[in-house]
Amino acid sequence: MVPLSYYLMLSGILFACGILGFLLKRNIITIFMSIELMLNGVNLSFVAFAAHWHALSGQVFVFFVMVVAAAEAAVGLAIIIAVYRTRETLNVDQVNLLKL
Amino acid sequence: MNPVATPFFFYLLSTLAILGGVMVIVRRNAVHSAIALIVTLLSVAGLYLMLYAPFVAGVQIIVYAGGIMVLFLFVIMLVNIDRSMKERAFNKQWWIAIAAAVALGALFVSVFVKSKGLFPERGLPLAEESNTQQIGLYLYGNYMFAFEIASLLLLVAIIGAVVMAKKRI
Amino acid sequence: MTQTIPQVADYIRILPELVLAFFGLVVMVLDPLLDDEGSRKTLGGIALLGALCGLGASLWMAQSPGLAFWNMVRVDSFSVFFHVLITAIVAVVILTSYEYMAVQRIRAGEYYGLILFGAVGMTLMSSAVELVLIFIALEISSISSYVLAGFRRREASSSESSLKYFLLGSFATAFFLYGVALMFGATGSTNITAISQALQAKGVPRLAYVAVALMFVGLGFKVASAPFHVWTPDVYEGAPAPIVALMSTGSKAAAFAVLLRVMFEINTPGRFWLIWVSAALSMTLGNLSALVQDNVKRLLAYSSIAHAGYLLVAFAAQPGPGISAAMFYTASYAAMNVGAFAVVSHFAGAEERYVTLADYAGLGRRSPLLAATLTIFLLSLIGIPITGGFFAKFYVFSAALKSGLVWLTLIGLLNSAIGAYYYLRIIVMMYMREPKGEITVRRIPASLGVALALSVLATLYLGVLPGRVLDFALRSATQLMQPHRAAITPAPTPPVGTM
Repeated sequence: MVPLSYYLMLSGILFACGILGFLLKRNIITIFMSIELMLNGVNLSFVAFAAHWHALSGQVFVFFVMVVAAAEAAVGLAIIIAVYRTRETLNVDQVNLLKL
Repeated sequence: MNPVATPFFFYLLSTLAILGGVMVIVRRNAVHSAIALIVTLLSVAGLYLMLYAPFVAGVQIIVYAGGIMVLFLFVIMLVNIDRSMKERAFNKQWWIAIAAAVALGALFVSVFVKSKGLFPERGLPLAEESNTQQIGLYLYGNYMFAFEIASLLLLVAIIGAVVMAKKRI
Repeated sequence: MTQTIPQVADYIRILPELVLAFFGLVVMVLDPLLDDEGSRKTLGGIALLGALCGLGASLWMAQSPGLAFWNMVRVDSFSVFFHVLITAIVAVVILTSYEYMAVQRIRAGEYYGLILFGAVGMTLMSSAVELVLIFIALEISSISSYVLAGFRRREASSSESSLKYFLLGSFATAFFLYGVALMFGATGSTNITAISQALQAKGVPRLAYVAVALMFVGLGFKVASAPFHVWTPDVYEGAPAPIVALMSTGSKAAAFAVLLRVMFEINTPGRFWLIWVSAALSMTLGNLSALVQDNVKRLLAYSSIAHAGYLLVAFAAQPGPGISAAMFYTASYAAMNVGAFAVVSHFAGAEERYVTLADYAGLGRRSPLLAATLTIFLLSLIGIPITGGFFAKFYVFSAALKSGLVWLTLIGLLNSAIGAYYYLRIIVMMYMREPKGEITVRRIPASLGVALALSVLATLYLGVLPGRVLDFALRSATQLMQPHRAAITPAPTPPVGTM
């Protein structure tokens, strides 16, 4: 059988992939997708921990994270459209954003 | 009944998930990224099934892969991606980004490696047949208030999306 | 089978949220029936009434302390303090918006609705004791402020600030969530009381340290503390001025309330250096960057980062004096900063044209009253005696000294001296310089007058008679530190197969 730690490591890798995408990409939509990737890493660790503790509250938490992700997606994509309308670009440098 | 959750499936699904995650980053075309993300979402749903969470797996497929990603694709179609295809895909400070992500990723993974003894595969799985029923009881029992207040969150999101997407207010 | 039907007491303990949400709904329903002009007048009044009713409900809620909805919400002095503070801030912000909306020609319905719904999230953050609920409340307040930041639709900078706030905000939320997940992994629960019990009983696994650090990243973003502060100046510059007042005081107070609960009620391990570094960085970076700003909104943004740093000093101190000092600081910072932004939003004029430092030249002659009130708020931000800012800094630094944080106190005092320079620069501009060009300062309307008067009164009250507020804060602090006094009622476990 696979130890739960492997699931957790996978969740860490997915989360790190999300961070990398967020910091690396310049297209706003892909940046936003990277955030979804991070949330999936979080959800996976929640479900794995729920199996570890035999506590369903972890799975219920995942359900709420999905609700929030849906809400964020709706608002975020609307904001992206609003910015696109004024700037005609989805490139963060031209939106003068994220001066890292 | 033999468990379906064999190591083979775990390795297959996790490889797919990581590949999808990497493709989200490296593809220049936003549509390709979205499809790669869907692959990741579906493989994560498979992993949920292996962790005795069929309800969450179902919601993952219906809400995430089916709802949120369609919204993404819809917006990608609305905006002009031809132009962003010609622009550089990555930041100038790519090395900072990679260093930060690798450092954080290593931290997360190392936490679980060192505590390997802490999280073994349990002999007792969660009851799978009554999983959905139990989650339902949780949602309308202990978590009743959180469930209700989540509706306010959705209301705020609806109002916000309408306000931002309207041409003029 | 255990009863899972909420009692009347449960509803009383969330009464402020119910009232605010109800008035938000009324605003949203009435909005399509009114024209632009009418909606600004009527809905502004309804929203103000809602905030005041929320304030009343908070006081009523104080009569029945305890847990509600199966350990989801706890009403204690701590949450009552923040409920009253946040609803008062919202009321003053609505008063400030009243004129602003007409000048900027913004349609009012969604604006007031989102403020009230956001207030639900903020107040709930202070009383939630379950990380699920804290997370949802945090998201309600965040999402409404993402949208509110983009409300100046004629300006490109506004939707950009909204986008920047949204992207970085969701990024920070993901970190907070990962922290929650690891905390759940370390303790097997997401209830704050249960987590603190588990950590006490079973020792602290390594996972918990990482969890605390990640949660601190997420909350540090919300309170704009360094190094998670990069969004602050840009967002404050682009967002409508009254909304900046709300974000820099209301959302911040709520996030600090969560931070206090997480840090002290859980008694989290390994928090000291995290906070120490963040506090020192916030104070130094905030004040040094503020020195070179020409835009007043950006200047106040950097000042808000610096003040988050002073506040975090109290978090590094011992819990007893530390918690009460932090609570007092949030209250007095709210009073002076809401006031300062009220002045800025009035002076800015249509399209927020006059926000640079040079525009403030000669304000002392053109509008003595406006200049005088702004001076009071700025003096309070410096920390001059007889203003709230003085006692706020005094309690924070004395709490830090009592806990032996000599270096942090020293950094804080040095920074206060640096900070005095740029606040005084505005005052000098207003009184010593000749006005350049013709800027017509509009008459102060009644609503703004009331808002300014309330802020001045609160600032001076906290500076002259800080005793009552501080006593209340001390009482809340002792309650917060003994979470086990209220034995948790065992949550009903859902029965299986009884349906």
